[in-house]
Amino acid sequence: MEKFESRVIVSGVGLSETGRGLDRTGLDLALDAALAAIGDAGLGPGDIDGIASLPFGDRPPEELIDALGLQIDWLGAPSSGAQLGVIISAAMAIAAGLCRHVLIYRSVQRLGGLLGSASGTLPAPEGPWEWHVPFHEYSAVNLCAMQARRHMHQYGTTKEQLGWVAMTCRRHAALNDKAVIRSPLSMRDYLDAPMISDPLGRLDCDLPIDAAVGLVLSSSAFVADCPNPPVRIEAVGCANHGPTGWETRLDFPTMAARDAAAQMWSRTDLGPADVDVAEVYDGFTILTLSWLEALGFCAEGEAGPFVDGGARIQLGGELPLNTYGGQLSAGRLHGLWLFHEAVLQLRGDAGARQVPGASVAITSAGGISKCGCVLLTR
Amino acid sequence: MPEPARIVPSLDGLSRAFWTGGSRGELMLSHCQACQYWIHPPKPLCPRCHERDLRWEPTSGVATLFSYTVNFKAWNPKVPVPYVLGIVELPEQAGLRLTTNIVNCSVDDIEIGMRLRVNFEQHGEVFVPLFEPAASVERLRTESAG
Ligand SMILES: [Zn+2]
Repeated sequence: MEKFESRVIVSGVGLSETGRGLDRTGLDLALDAALAAIGDAGLGPGDIDGIASLPFGDRPPEELIDALGLQIDWLGAPSSGAQLGVIISAAMAIAAGLCRHVLIYRSVQRLGGLLGSASGTLPAPEGPWEWHVPFHEYSAVNLCAMQARRHMHQYGTTKEQLGWVAMTCRRHAALNDKAVIRSPLSMRDYLDAPMISDPLGRLDCDLPIDAAVGLVLSSSAFVADCPNPPVRIEAVGCANHGPTGWETRLDFPTMAARDAAAQMWSRTDLGPADVDVAEVYDGFTILTLSWLEALGFCAEGEAGPFVDGGARIQLGGELPLNTYGGQLSAGRLHGLWLFHEAVLQLRGDAGARQVPGASVAITSAGGISKCGCVLLTR
Repeated sequence: MPEPARIVPSLDGLSRAFWTGGSRGELMLSHCQACQYWIHPPKPLCPRCHERDLRWEPTSGVATLFSYTVNFKAWNPKVPVPYVLGIVELPEQAGLRLTTNIVNCSVDDIEIGMRLRVNFEQHGEVFVPLFEPAASVERLRTESAG
């Protein structure tokens, strides 16, 4: 099959300073990440002719365009594939010949909850919020908690099994000096963490941080000039199946991740057994379990036993998971730090946390009715 | 106990009948007259058969608990915690679900699959449909009868 994916490589990645309460603006951090990624690709700002970012709390692309003096032909936004949609749409634009080098970035400053709810002064809820806010449901954590509760009811999944995702991420974060929380985490610590929305506690939720990540995607014609081992996009998958109201998806707690994964696997000869390292969305621990099932690493309902004890998913195991610490411990960059890590692993640049010989990596992001995944190779 | 501060919707949209049916004690949902599909949240047409012949009709007002969470974080400082959010499924149709609060029930007694019935909380013109154990209502009736 002639795929658009084969016309694109990942040429550069970069990360800003990371932390909590950094005394720096989002734009400043985004510029750090952008310049790091552009430089990593062996390019200068004058080479960038496309740009894409995520909405919701981000610095808009226009600010980076002005600050860096970019001449942008293609300006993108996530179309399909949840947070990884920026990568998928940028790859399509490059393959279509609209641009050669696309800068993708994400900057955040400790976002969380429905903006305005803390003051109790939200306006009358509109759109999908009409069916949640009147019942004091202000955050995705409440819905994911009900997803977890239902998963437990249907499949016997336990709180401790959710804990193995958090503990494994923390263990990996200790090997990453950019991870924001690196202290050891025991099961006792995990179980004792304050409950946010039962069964999800504080350590089931990803970590709001100040940081920015940058990526550069280039035309595959750039392979010969790319200073890094080029990382290839093997296949993408996206799905927006089911009603927007998460709880009204008929097969809840199953997510559209299953549909996105089916599309991705249909575009490659590789399969789950070929994957060396998995960077799987962990906005909440339950989403990681759901993605592991959707991507075919275990059967539906079997993700709890799959992660139990941590042996399979830790470095050295059969499927090292979120090797940089994930959003749970390294910090929340809405899927794009996961992608950044997959690229480092495939290049062999992951240092103390390198998966030896990694040649196939999977990344995924999103949940419930909006999901995307990208399979990478070197 | 003081009534929790609820942020209620405006009644200007498609959903007016849903939020006001409680004045008659009725949980109203939009119902397709062409294919008999129950539609929630409401839409200008039926998402199954795409006909526009819809009518607001009362449901039985009973449900089973599909999933739930006990929320401990004070997202809104005016709302006391903890409180219980639930997704309930109505018997009228497989997968016909709403998010609501489970009230008049100790947290220890909540379990998936329990039988519930609607209990409206009035805020001016808006009647917010909450759910409580069907058994507790039956018990109360028995007690008052005795
Ligand atoms: Zn119909």
